[in-house]
Amino acid sequence: MADNGDDDSQYRMKEGDYVVLKRGDIFKAAQIVAKKKVIFEKQWFFLENAVGHLYNSTFEIHGGHLQLKKTSDTGNSADSKEVAGVDNRNIVDDGKSQKLTRDDIEMLKEKGLKGQEIIQQLIDNSSTFKDKTEYAQDKYIKKKKKKYENSVTLLKPSCRILAMMYHGREPGKICHLRYDTLAQMLTLANIHAGSKVVVFETCAGLVLGAVMERMGGFGSVVQMYPGGGPVRAGVDSFGFPAHFHNTLHEFPLCRVNALLNGTLEAAGKDPSADEQAANVEEEQREPEAEQQGSPEELRMETSTDVTERPEPEEPEEREKEKRKEAKEQEKKQRLDEKRKKLAAAAAVLEGRNADGLVIASRFHPCPVLMGLLPLLAPSRPFVVYSQYKEPLVECYTKLKEQGGTVNLQLTNTWLRHYQVLPNRTHPVLLMSGGGGYLLSGTTVASGQSNPGQSKPVQTKPGKSKAAEEEPAAKRVKSTDTDA
Amino acid sequence: MSFAEYSECIAEGDVAIIYLSHDAMMPVKVQKGAQTQTRYGVIRHSQDLIGHKYGSKVSCSKGWVHVLHPTPELWTVSLPHRTQILYTTDISMITMMLELKPGAIVCESGTGSGSLSHAIIRSIAPSGHLHTVEFHQQRALKVQEEFNEHRVGHMVTVRNQDVCKDGFGVSGVADAVFLDIPSPWDAVGHAKNALKRQGGRACSFSPCIEQVQRTCAAFSDHGFSELCTVEILLQVHDVRTVSLPLPDFGPNPDLNQDQNQDQNLNQNQSGPGAVTIKTTTAPREIPGHTGFLTFATKPRT
Repeated sequence: MADNGDDDSQYRMKEGDYVVLKRGDIFKAAQIVAKKKVIFEKQWFFLENAVGHLYNSTFEIHGGHLQLKKTSDTGNSADSKEVAGVDNRNIVDDGKSQKLTRDDIEMLKEKGLKGQEIIQQLIDNSSTFKDKTEYAQDKYIKKKKKKYENSVTLLKPSCRILAMMYHGREPGKICHLRYDTLAQMLTLANIHAGSKVVVFETCAGLVLGAVMERMGGFGSVVQMYPGGGPVRAGVDSFGFPAHFHNTLHEFPLCRVNALLNGTLEAAGKDPSADEQAANVEEEQREPEAEQQGSPEELRMETSTDVTERPEPEEPEEREKEKRKEAKEQEKKQRLDEKRKKLAAAAAVLEGRNADGLVIASRFHPCPVLMGLLPLLAPSRPFVVYSQYKEPLVECYTKLKEQGGTVNLQLTNTWLRHYQVLPNRTHPVLLMSGGGGYLLSGTTVASGQSNPGQSKPVQTKPGKSKAAEEEPAAKRVKSTDTDA
Repeated sequence: MSFAEYSECIAEGDVAIIYLSHDAMMPVKVQKGAQTQTRYGVIRHSQDLIGHKYGSKVSCSKGWVHVLHPTPELWTVSLPHRTQILYTTDISMITMMLELKPGAIVCESGTGSGSLSHAIIRSIAPSGHLHTVEFHQQRALKVQEEFNEHRVGHMVTVRNQDVCKDGFGVSGVADAVFLDIPSPWDAVGHAKNALKRQGGRACSFSPCIEQVQRTCAAFSDHGFSELCTVEILLQVHDVRTVSLPLPDFGPNPDLNQDQNQDQNLNQNQSGPGAVTIKTTTAPREIPGHTGFLTFATKPRT
């Protein structure tokens, strides 16, 4: 149980590690790659100097290189406080309180002065600083620190950090899913080690990664994907160990009907038909891949691996032919691989006994939920996210009509941050307006007959009337009684 | 059955959740020959539960109920209260912000009714461990009994001691610490001691802002960083079909084209009529405050 003493190796950064850069409340995911420039908060630098240091270390940026910040530096300049005013009755905004000009400040910056030193200069040259109240002085320093500090902290990625990062940087990419909403999803779906979870998301892989983190490499996850292939850029940012990926399966959404009808030829009984289908997918894959490579995507997902393109050296025919052959071979291999993957995912889903269902996409949630719910075993939770409430109202109505679920709840959460400081405690002035809505519930065995049961349920006459009073039990028609 | 592992069928000794309606669920311990009374009639464990699948429907004399596999969330809404408890909304936030995952070692105090404890154990299973401290002897014994009944006893150690005086009973092992006690500032030092040398996360739950104030000061004094205080509130939307009656302004002599058409439309329904819409309403009363959650990171020492 006790952690093995001085073995720090797992706490140190290595080349190739995925890290999250942090300054203040700003985060950015990056990978430590030698000689690769990273741009963060208008500054560029290389991450390779961080190799060997501990996670959570703070570095100063000097000429594009990282230098470990000494712990003594991190303390704020509390000692500089000598005098402070009581109120602001004599402070006049004449725009002349700062004696340093913009050029002076630029000069200081060019001289390579540390952020801390620049701030001290600004304070020394401010005629009103001494008259400001203690609180106003604090605020002034904090504001300047934000502007001139050139340090960066390197964190180990986690669901908490990445969810906050995505929400802060690119909410559009994750359908405005706020991190507290994601937290609710993971709990409501009872995500835990050893279960079999179906995930459908178009949130750059953030939701998938969050589910995988909670499962810790135990059990299995099936990612349902639209179009040509699954998007997993966000998953890479988590930096999971290789064995986590053995638990991850993928299944194309366009084959769900075939799976449910039992007409899926995953095992490759009819290779020609399968190949045809795969070819179609292959074609679909091209634009998707292009899309993935868009500059917008690359801005954050440093993880989208750079495909190695061999430089064209010899423009000889033979070489060309060879390459063509190799390409063909490669394509065939990819198809084979794809077929294998499909078969594996189908095998996981075939029993229709998944333990959880998580949906968070830009698609209309209603058909998605109705299409995927049959994959769940009875008495298992599901949760659907939508940025908008109305489609979830529709889901709710439909589920009530068709039965097979209980404990339906349509919710959203509010998140309020507080500033907690001596005599200055209050809610933070701005809060996030929308973090999306959730519909959650639990599946139950549908239909009257329960073939899986060892004993038939005893049916008593005259119970239907009483049953109608039970609000959750309104059942216009029952769904598939599994054949 | 276990609170950390699904199984298909109900077996003797299981704890199953009887689902009566959205706000009425009851846990039952499944025993041969036992009976449970519900408002829909009696459930006979031997015939109605044992050997049946979780999620199946049980017919009673006056209706039917569903029997559900236990989860920490269902337990939270059906457990016997011995104290105030934490609900799923706060628990979700705590779980994510403390970065709980399989294998994590967690310290908690007080255990209370075990609502959060079950959620923690679920998240850190199968290889993690929860060290929980409850100074009330009877509550400590009761919760230990529940952990064993729920087949998660091997992943939790309950200690009956005062966390503010004696700490968590472990040191340098925890990835995360959670405090839900009246004076958390007195336990911050012990929290620091319980956390790993390499650092970890801490959270304190307090209903009053004065408590938060003192806790934050204590966290700072002990060198914790990344202090963050939040409050999370759940809003529930009840789905309703409502009908809004249209007003009657009497016959309109003004021959405005648009209005006239509207008038015709209304007259078709004989009288002003009504519009039916599908919408959501908020419950009449909702919890407006549970507690403030203060999170902090212990840096490496």
